[in-house]
Amino acid sequence: MGRLSVTLCGVELSNPVIPASGTFGYGHEFAELFDLDRLGTFSFKGTTAKPRFGNPAPRIAEASAGMLNAVGLQNPGVDAVIAQELPKLAKVFHKPVIANVSGFSVEEYASVCAKLDACPQVGWLEVNVSCPNVHGGGMSFGTDPAAAAEVTRAVKAVAAKPVIVKLSPNVTDIVSIARACEDAGADALSLINTVLAMRIDLKTRRPVLANVTGGLSGPAIFPLALRMVWQVSQAVKVPVIGVGGVQSAEDAVEMMLAGATAVQVGAANLVDPRTCLAIIDELPAVLDRMGVQNITEIIGGAHG
Amino acid sequence: MKQSKYIVKENTPLSPRMSRLRLLGDSSAITRPGQFVSLALPGFFLRRPFSVCDWDASGVQLVYEQVGKGTGAMRALKEGDTLDVLTGLGNGFDLDRAGASPLLVGGGSGVSPMLGLARRLLVRGVKPTVVLGFASRDEVILREDFRLLGVTPLFTTADGSFGLRGLVTDALAGLEPSFFYACGPVAMLRAVAEKCEADGQLSFDARMGCGFGVCMGCTRMTQSGPKRVCRDGPVFDKEEIVWED
Repeated sequence: MGRLSVTLCGVELSNPVIPASGTFGYGHEFAELFDLDRLGTFSFKGTTAKPRFGNPAPRIAEASAGMLNAVGLQNPGVDAVIAQELPKLAKVFHKPVIANVSGFSVEEYASVCAKLDACPQVGWLEVNVSCPNVHGGGMSFGTDPAAAAEVTRAVKAVAAKPVIVKLSPNVTDIVSIARACEDAGADALSLINTVLAMRIDLKTRRPVLANVTGGLSGPAIFPLALRMVWQVSQAVKVPVIGVGGVQSAEDAVEMMLAGATAVQVGAANLVDPRTCLAIIDELPAVLDRMGVQNITEIIGGAHG
Repeated sequence: MKQSKYIVKENTPLSPRMSRLRLLGDSSAITRPGQFVSLALPGFFLRRPFSVCDWDASGVQLVYEQVGKGTGAMRALKEGDTLDVLTGLGNGFDLDRAGASPLLVGGGSGVSPMLGLARRLLVRGVKPTVVLGFASRDEVILREDFRLLGVTPLFTTADGSFGLRGLVTDALAGLEPSFFYACGPVAMLRAVAEKCEADGQLSFDARMGCGFGVCMGCTRMTQSGPKRVCRDGPVFDKEEIVWED
């Protein structure tokens, strides 16, 4: 084990920096810029049972310290992902990948997870019950403890691989959702997904996004994500993956001090595609300055 | 795709709304006219994508229109400033399809990639017909650049203050090009595609997140399914386009 190694649900990661779903495609584009095997793993684009076009344009808006997206789970569908994307990925990435799954019914989550669970390349399933940009699916499962638990149970019933449930910040009490997922058998939790938000164009006096609302990501949400990671990691025993506005090695360390076992990097990948590598390269120096040998020593360190 | 540091060599207004930005740096990832680069601007979260107007071994030149705060801030860039740039983005125009007498149509800031395209067609011994459309005389740009290439564009202005009064499509009567290339507002692209009987390629603008194909922010529906403007485009074959806008 190197000094950056962490263990996520029994699987060792060479470092805790994980590109987040929806900001890394299926990996190929980034393979043009760097060796993907430098990553511990990454979470691929949210996948549903059927192909989805997603929402109308515009799907992207900017914010002072971040961005809004309302992509709406565009993806080629699980069968195409398995037949086309995973074989292409196998040529450029030689470690287990996180399969991110979304759905519009409990049965859809279970059937997509069952198919991806059977793929040797998939190391973990990440169940997205928190997409704010689709109607009648995604976040509607993640804003109610009973519904989140039902999805978790259904996926656990068909999956042999560890199940990570990705939580929404758009709730009154994220801790109750986290506990419900843990009780239903979740092996880990990732949080947070994007924060429901909007922008209005002064020239047209209309919402910028065709979907009206979108999910805010980027450094604007880092303190919010950090607070939720702090609260949830105190309340559950399963590992927590901290997601939201991480841009630097210092941010990653802060997330881990709050209780995260690993961190995901999202919007920053779109702005600087080398962000994850830069964080991995910078982490040893940050640990040196803190007098820390192994990064696992800092997990939850801020809880005293 | 490459990520490089570029140095500003020149940032000059060409018209009240458009400016030329010359950047020095590694242009080796740019292989076709119609590709674009994406600039990281201090103080703005998302990068800004710009079609490459022209390029050589020393770097690139871009033409940008001031449309918002980001492009407004670009006007303050000075010689010697350093920018982080993703280069060689998008597919670009296919020169092999030009035939003997191609037509190049640009509208507004969409005239930008037509300069680099014209230069590379001329290198191949192909002389294009170039039609450039603007709103009015004071917005006409790149006239001298085309003249230095030995190309005399047909100009149109909506108010008739320079060249032919009207839209670029008003200048297409009687032309029978072997192929056409177009870049400009979607309404112009559609009108050109409908007016030209020849096959052609059209370059689309889009609001982008990443610019390199991973965020799915700029997707357009096409005859062969959803395509990313930034990665599968920005140039699409006429027969591939679904006109929903």
